[in-house]
Amino acid sequence: MPGIKLTVNGKTVEKTVEGRTLLVQLLREELGLTGTHVGCDTSQCGACLVHVNGESVKSCTMLAAAAEGAEITTIEGVSSRDGTLNVVQAAFQEHHGLQCGFCTPGMVMSITDLLRVNASPSETEVREWLEGNICRCTGYHNIVKAALSAAETLRGAQPVAAE
Amino acid sequence: MYNFDYLRPASLAEAVEAMKGEDAQAISGGQTLIPTLKARLASPSVLVDLSGLAELKGVSREGDKLAIGAATRHADVAGSEAVRSAIPALAALAGNIGDPAVRNRGTLGGSVANNDPAACYPSAALALGATIHTSAGRAIAADDFFLGMFETALEEGELVTRVDFPIPTAANYQKFEQPASRFALVGVFVARFPGGARVAITGACEGGVSRWDAAEAALSSDFSAGAVTGMAFPADALIGDIHGTPAYRANLIGVLTRRAVQACG
Amino acid sequence: MAKDFGIGASSKRREDKRFLTGTGRYTDDMNKPGQAYVHFLRSDMASGRINGIDIAAAEAAPGVIKVFTSRDFEAVGGVPCGWQVTDRHGEPMKEPKHPVLAEGFVRHVGDPIAAVVAETRAQARDAAELIEVDLEELPAVVNLRAAVSGGTAVHPEAPDNLCYDWDFPAESKDAVDEAIRNAHHVTVLELVNNRLVANPMEPRAAIGEYDAADDQHTLWTTSQNPHVIRLLMGAFVLGIPEHKLRVVAPDVGGGFGSKIYHYAEEAFVTLAAKVLNRPVKWTSDRGEAFMSDAHGRDHVCKVELAMDAEGHFLALRSTTLANMGAYLSTFAPCIPTWLHGTLLAGNYKTPLIFTNVRAVFTNTVPVDAYRGAGRPEATYLIERTVDKAAREMGIDPAELRRRNFITQFPYQTPVAVEYDSGDYNATLDKVLEGSDRAGFEARKAESASRGKLRGYGLAHYIEACGIAPSSLVGALGARAGLYEAATVRVNPTGSISVFTGSHSHGQGHETTFAQVVADMLGVPEDSIDIVHGDTNRVPFGMGTYGSRSLAVGGSAIVKSVDKIVAKAKKIAAHLLEAAESDITFENGQFSVQGTDKSLAWGEVCLAAYVPHKYPIETLEPGLEETSFYDPANFTYPSGAYACEVEVDPETGKVEVLSFTAADDFGNVVNPMIVEGQVHGGLAQGLGQALMEGCVYDENGQLITASFMDYAMPLAKDLPSFTVDNSACTPCTHNPLGVKGCGEAGAIGSPPALVNAVLDALSDYGIAHIDMPLTPSKVWAAIDAARPAAAAE
Repeated sequence: MPGIKLTVNGKTVEKTVEGRTLLVQLLREELGLTGTHVGCDTSQCGACLVHVNGESVKSCTMLAAAAEGAEITTIEGVSSRDGTLNVVQAAFQEHHGLQCGFCTPGMVMSITDLLRVNASPSETEVREWLEGNICRCTGYHNIVKAALSAAETLRGAQPVAAE
Repeated sequence: MYNFDYLRPASLAEAVEAMKGEDAQAISGGQTLIPTLKARLASPSVLVDLSGLAELKGVSREGDKLAIGAATRHADVAGSEAVRSAIPALAALAGNIGDPAVRNRGTLGGSVANNDPAACYPSAALALGATIHTSAGRAIAADDFFLGMFETALEEGELVTRVDFPIPTAANYQKFEQPASRFALVGVFVARFPGGARVAITGACEGGVSRWDAAEAALSSDFSAGAVTGMAFPADALIGDIHGTPAYRANLIGVLTRRAVQACG
Repeated sequence: MAKDFGIGASSKRREDKRFLTGTGRYTDDMNKPGQAYVHFLRSDMASGRINGIDIAAAEAAPGVIKVFTSRDFEAVGGVPCGWQVTDRHGEPMKEPKHPVLAEGFVRHVGDPIAAVVAETRAQARDAAELIEVDLEELPAVVNLRAAVSGGTAVHPEAPDNLCYDWDFPAESKDAVDEAIRNAHHVTVLELVNNRLVANPMEPRAAIGEYDAADDQHTLWTTSQNPHVIRLLMGAFVLGIPEHKLRVVAPDVGGGFGSKIYHYAEEAFVTLAAKVLNRPVKWTSDRGEAFMSDAHGRDHVCKVELAMDAEGHFLALRSTTLANMGAYLSTFAPCIPTWLHGTLLAGNYKTPLIFTNVRAVFTNTVPVDAYRGAGRPEATYLIERTVDKAAREMGIDPAELRRRNFITQFPYQTPVAVEYDSGDYNATLDKVLEGSDRAGFEARKAESASRGKLRGYGLAHYIEACGIAPSSLVGALGARAGLYEAATVRVNPTGSISVFTGSHSHGQGHETTFAQVVADMLGVPEDSIDIVHGDTNRVPFGMGTYGSRSLAVGGSAIVKSVDKIVAKAKKIAAHLLEAAESDITFENGQFSVQGTDKSLAWGEVCLAAYVPHKYPIETLEPGLEETSFYDPANFTYPSGAYACEVEVDPETGKVEVLSFTAADDFGNVVNPMIVEGQVHGGLAQGLGQALMEGCVYDENGQLITASFMDYAMPLAKDLPSFTVDNSACTPCTHNPLGVKGCGEAGAIGSPPALVNAVLDALSDYGIAHIDMPLTPSKVWAAIDAARPAAAAE
């Protein structure tokens, strides 16, 4: 069984895993990071979405062994200990972008990645970006609203470039 | 999943060696293979991970062609300035495979080696007349590479290392999504070269990605939407399933081909 | 002005924080010390005889603790059905046994044959492949019409595959027949309400635990109603009395009906935990969910609507075949009957209505309630037929509706129910304005200039929610009461814990129920905690479905709070040395009328628990009240929906350009949450109309067994919605005046979308296309109509 060493939410993790262990299984079952969820078997729903080296990846469609040396960030890693919500999380609460909460960690991680690569997405761009995240509760209406609002907040928080 | 050994070779040479193992299977991004393994539809004894091999990554323009390493991710192809300027249709195709997370793992080599009948990349390779380079030192023309659904000219243990795409004067890819999987129900890649046009169809054909000879002939003498308007792809070799009858797919091939030609400008 | 707390305020949800930070507690997030895992070996045949099962190799496999088959369940009952329908001959429905593990026969793909319990999930699954089942394939019954045409039977008890043959109202049959015979015009429509899979994003899961010392069972499960599971499983399957069985439904990731029912897997883990004396956990994957979660809808109908020359509705007759699947799920028999037949008046004063419903066994997964449950099927058949009638009569669809609207309330329908309130013209006015109906022709011309066909569709809906008066449903066959319970516990310092039998799995009860209590007591929302989902903490409950939580569960809370206030006033009167009748309670302050003497909420609460100066002879200490609320009637939310679409005639692709909803939910506690419920319902309804459809082949193989073939709506498939709930007529018979909002969107949107698409295709003379309106189906309809259109 491969021994692997990786960084999860800033902490070094060393584990021995079976070849077939998925990254999501490592996170949920070995590390107790149960904020990352599994909602399908076919890499479509995005409930398992985490960041690998800063980019969106479906942790149900990546082997744990393949994460050797990687930096993994899960929903727990973007949340502060005292429960203060970050800009994206706060926008989801403000705009009621979640109901049952099951797809929510994946949605937050996905939108966070979107705003990294596109600070000013249009509504259409948000909707296209979410192609890999299924929500059965919200009809996406308020998730889109939350994403656009978070983008605006983050843009406002940026120092205005000197002329 | 059935269990398997996992190997992460440090070089292509090591990977080729590892592939000599019984029931060895290469994995690159794993975006198709891992769901297949989860469904227990395959039982390799060892997985050889190619995704860490730097020598299989990257895009370079070499004269009248683009060389793209097999382990280059869809996201990297989509974002590559070289691809966007040389073959914008190829960048657009890569940027519309799956979803952002899938594009951060899935690779060109994985897609062409798997030759899923509904995948996007094989249509680009075929329409652009690409050359597929392999670990056995072979350079295989796309026309000879894609043999049928999930079938390619790769020998046992042979890996795709690079795909060279000739740069067309114009190209466009039109994808019509299957409503559930969002793979191509029909995808049409049209490429125009000084010597003529090539048209490749994915998603629709029983035999996997295929060229449409009649449309190519028409477009080669008159590259215009009018030249293909009203042309019909023969429906007899087309896939029929709950998402579309052969007749529907034949219709889409006609419509998308015309739209691709229009989009070529 | 919008309120900032209490009833009417868009309070932000308190439950969000844990979901947004990854600290929610779903069943699969929990692991118990010593836990083993079960994997179910499921049938890959739709129908077959089990000639033998060899488990020896599996039992010898690494990590395997025990392999279970039906032999291990000989002493327990089958999975029960909670509703008895009586057929038109006065006979009870056919109710074949639904074993926990298959006994002798398998009856659908996914029917569990054996269960492997092992140390790890992977070992359980590995070992399951070593079980040898001698399964002899039998002919499968799949198609509804074929199932009732003679031939193979799913169960020997029902040789004609009929669970029941139901007439309603039986006495109206002749009069309806005659009205249809003599009418000026009869619009006829045959349609299919497509089979759906609920697909909450959290797959089902269950953990059984057993404490041998106390003979105490605990089941952790993904349920919308833990008390109902305790009742059904404890009393009917395993024979465990309530005090020895605790059922907990922690955070649940959506339900939409599919998590109402008692499932075999729950009984399995509960029993296996005792047999093995260690916790046993099961987590479904999505593929397993497709073949084991109850499906929804699946009706085949014929509708006839009789009209006079002015388009006044004279009579409606419908005949329906309703799929039950292979076994009766918990509420399955009542969905096409009492939740469907009683809604066939819709929003219209049609004087004569008759329906015949035949419920049919097939070799498919059981079918039960899915968001709306019977009411979407009724609404769809009415609203499609009304739209077709409008076209045939040459009357504008909105005008035809207005001409037939019920306008006087209360209104006794000819199908048993009495609507208490509503204003259907008001919602229609709002939706016509909100969707800019007046500007449609210009938009249509613009679309045409781009080669696209634009269409506008309307639909109205009425639903019966707040399920339901127990005496009524008992008379109709329910084997349980449908009240709700709540305990309000005021703690010594004035903070409040509310224990509710409603269950929140996305609805935001922890926020809205606190708003109700805060509003009544004038105390801060954050001093109130809402507890739900645990049979050991909550006195009783019937759970959350049928848009009933606020109307029924909320009313039970209101009753308890009323009792609390009454008692607190007595305490305050004593402390203030005033007559009880002179005590007023406002904004958390008890005052003696006409004086400046008053006590704060907290002072009275403390006195209740520190009864030093206290009317101890006449009043018990403490401040805690429990109530059961049994509604006097259903509630009747209603609304008008408008959908605008663009169709690409070359590909058949439908794009939803806009969707406008005007709902009457009665009073609204939290507008933000109510709007969110509508959005979600709309997405599911539009999903049904556009892309979702569960498909079996002729052999009973499930073709749509994953998201690769079962289309789920994505963000890019939907527009942003316009919703309005200002046309409010409060419910007249519950204390909050609320009606329920959870299902509306899923009920009203399918006909609105289909009507819009058919409007777009009106030049082709296409009368109907069955849902889902996938590109291939729409194109095929256009393609078939082309020669006709061209010939004109």
